[in-house]
Amino acid sequence: MHKLLTDSPGERMLMLGNEAIARGALEAGLAFGAAYPGTPSSEISENLFRISRETDLYFEFSTNEKIALEITAGAAVSGLRSMAVMKHVGINVAADALMTLAYVGVHGGLVILTADDPYMFSSQNEQDNRYYAKLSGLPMLEPSSGNEAKEMVKYGFDLSEELQEPVLFRTTTRINHSSDVVVLGEMRDRKVQGDFRKNPFRYVTVPAVSRNLHKLLLENYDKALALAETSPWNRVEGDGPWGIVCNGVCFSYVQDAVTDLNIQDRVRVLRLGFSHPLPERRIQEFIRGCEKVLIVEEGEPYLEEGVKAVAQEAGFTVPLRGKGAETLLSRLFEYDPAMVRRAVARYFGCGDKAVRPVETSDIPEIPQRPPNLCAGCPHRATFYSIRKVLGDDAVYPTDIGCYTLGMLPPLSMADFLICMGSSVGTAAGFSRATGKKVVSFIGDSTFFHSGLPGLVNAVHHNHNFTLVILDNGTTAMTGHQPHPGVDAELLGLAEYTRVDLESVVRGLGVRHVTVVEPLKLKKSQEAIRQAVDFEGVSVIISRELCPLYARTLPSYRKRRLFRVVPEKCKDHRACVNDLGCPAFYLEKGRVQINENVCVGCAVCAQVCPENAIVPLKSV
Amino acid sequence: MREALRLIVVAVGGQGNLLASRVLGEAAVAAGMPVRMSEIHGMAQRGGVVESSVLFGDVHSTIISDGEADVLVGFEPSETLRALKKCNSGSVVITNLGEWPPFTVAIGRGTYPDIGASLQTVRGRVRRLIAIDGTALAIRAGNAMALNMVMLGALSQARCLPFGDDLVRRTIEEKTKPAFREVNLRAFDLGYDAARDAST
Repeated sequence: MHKLLTDSPGERMLMLGNEAIARGALEAGLAFGAAYPGTPSSEISENLFRISRETDLYFEFSTNEKIALEITAGAAVSGLRSMAVMKHVGINVAADALMTLAYVGVHGGLVILTADDPYMFSSQNEQDNRYYAKLSGLPMLEPSSGNEAKEMVKYGFDLSEELQEPVLFRTTTRINHSSDVVVLGEMRDRKVQGDFRKNPFRYVTVPAVSRNLHKLLLENYDKALALAETSPWNRVEGDGPWGIVCNGVCFSYVQDAVTDLNIQDRVRVLRLGFSHPLPERRIQEFIRGCEKVLIVEEGEPYLEEGVKAVAQEAGFTVPLRGKGAETLLSRLFEYDPAMVRRAVARYFGCGDKAVRPVETSDIPEIPQRPPNLCAGCPHRATFYSIRKVLGDDAVYPTDIGCYTLGMLPPLSMADFLICMGSSVGTAAGFSRATGKKVVSFIGDSTFFHSGLPGLVNAVHHNHNFTLVILDNGTTAMTGHQPHPGVDAELLGLAEYTRVDLESVVRGLGVRHVTVVEPLKLKKSQEAIRQAVDFEGVSVIISRELCPLYARTLPSYRKRRLFRVVPEKCKDHRACVNDLGCPAFYLEKGRVQINENVCVGCAVCAQVCPENAIVPLKSV
Repeated sequence: MREALRLIVVAVGGQGNLLASRVLGEAAVAAGMPVRMSEIHGMAQRGGVVESSVLFGDVHSTIISDGEADVLVGFEPSETLRALKKCNSGSVVITNLGEWPPFTVAIGRGTYPDIGASLQTVRGRVRRLIAIDGTALAIRAGNAMALNMVMLGALSQARCLPFGDDLVRRTIEEKTKPAFREVNLRAFDLGYDAARDAST
């Protein structure tokens, strides 16, 4: 049995924030879920997916976040407790559905989880999704710890049903990827049979209907505001003339700062967990009686703007500061405990704790250790072959996945990236605007996510570029989740229909389509030459399983590993300098292959001009 | 003990530091002690740096600011050096000496530092520095992947945890995969002994 199904209320369990969120949803009787994987949200959907294999919970990895939201909307309107899970930029994809679903509302609770990523540990931007609550008019909850997240998710479903509209649940990486001790609660029974009652004048958003629905949304806003005003998720701790308003993970940094600075008797803290609509009266009461107020929040000045507006309306003149020179708090990146403590000490004029990091300026610089494509990664072979054919003259737009790591030398095969699917659309733009050769890269999962419309557009407009679909048979970057092109039989999942990538591409009208095995360099390069010579849209499907994924499959067979023959090696270093495989290392200035890292892809053996790389005798 | 203790573990992706942190967290739960942890592991499988922090006792944060770690455990010596800015003059540093140069060195983009000389330079700047050849000990225990258990053994011997080494040992017994249990415990003991020898 999955550990998150443990039915022993009161038990204390160490859990990752994402596990706690999944557990909270299960305790709330979640019946229906969907997600597109994305760090830092992925463990929520991974756990729920696994649990769906052993219970009557329905959970799917949808092809993108918009579909994940739409399918959960259908379930929630039919009365099922539902959840859509995505990373912050996923909400951009789902935003079209979100904005009008807010009008239509739901019957069963619908919690939409958005996992923001301050500092961009694994994201392309650090947008602050609290503004989606403002934009859509939907209520928003923000936990400050994993344990609280579990309880708050449960409340999210109740709140959604009370207001009959979706609830946004916003986390940040430090909530998702921190662990703390969670106390298990009762598991509520799942209601898995939904019922849709037709009501086109509520559900079909033609203008005449939507005019009414927008009014309803505003009425709901007032109801949500009234709930936020008295919500225990918005609470005051401590008492004193100095006020601090904060949210999310910053609450823990503020609590530690108050203790470390020993100013418990001087400070009151307002923690806003039900943070949209902002509880104006509550904030007003809090500010009244404060000499000074500090607002501590990562990201944009969402609370700061709200608090200042409340103060202005109430005619308060008390100093209010959030981000800026006075506090040194920034709109950039993640905060940490010392940064918040310094801001509190500076702003309220009390002495900060002196901490001096160890002096390290006199030790040599430590070489960078950027993440790299794995040993045997087929993307490396594809990139190598394309560079062999086209060199640096072509423009190489790329997309979001492991292959984005191809940006680094020695491969240097990434010239442009903005979002999921952008490789296809931008390729056409670069091609039209510059007349240069353009070869763009997209993964199989990303292609299904948002590459398809761009390719249809390119075929229709007779654009001229080559799209390489890096088909490694899985969603590798986020931990090998399935997607429509996955061979489910390999996984023993019989109930999925495989959508064949090649037929899809041909079906869209692409006239030049080739499937290559990237680990065979010569043949691949010949196919690449033909594809890039073709006038119009050509597609290369570069097909080879992700080696990390292949290793987990029952069909896995070990390949013969390789070694360098010292007598033959003339130290050209083409292997190291052109491939940069992590299995290579230098010993006494000569290239060696680490047997523990090599997976036997044989690409380096094809690259070596002296044929000095040969298979080991036995596996 | 309720006083906060801040411990940071740094490693190269694949060295198993998340499991090591997990064992410490589970041991704290078994001891009834407050514990919070945080990890950055988005690129763990792709050879990047993996950092996890474990905070015991009366503290709410789950991450550790520069200069505020009480204990630093480094699974790779150049990563230990990189993470030294997390330490102060009162910190205890425990490092593996087994080198794993990043691929940037192999392609000539960076020079791997002289570990012995660098550690000598910083030795007097922290309370204690314990350096052991954890990689060799893990191999001696029967599996290079048991480095994390070697490091847990060394950490337990250094007496900088808020609970006894018997509890760490028991947690390894209970929470790691049965197939690896014997190797893990052997690795733990080898790390424990090596840290004792390194301290004398």
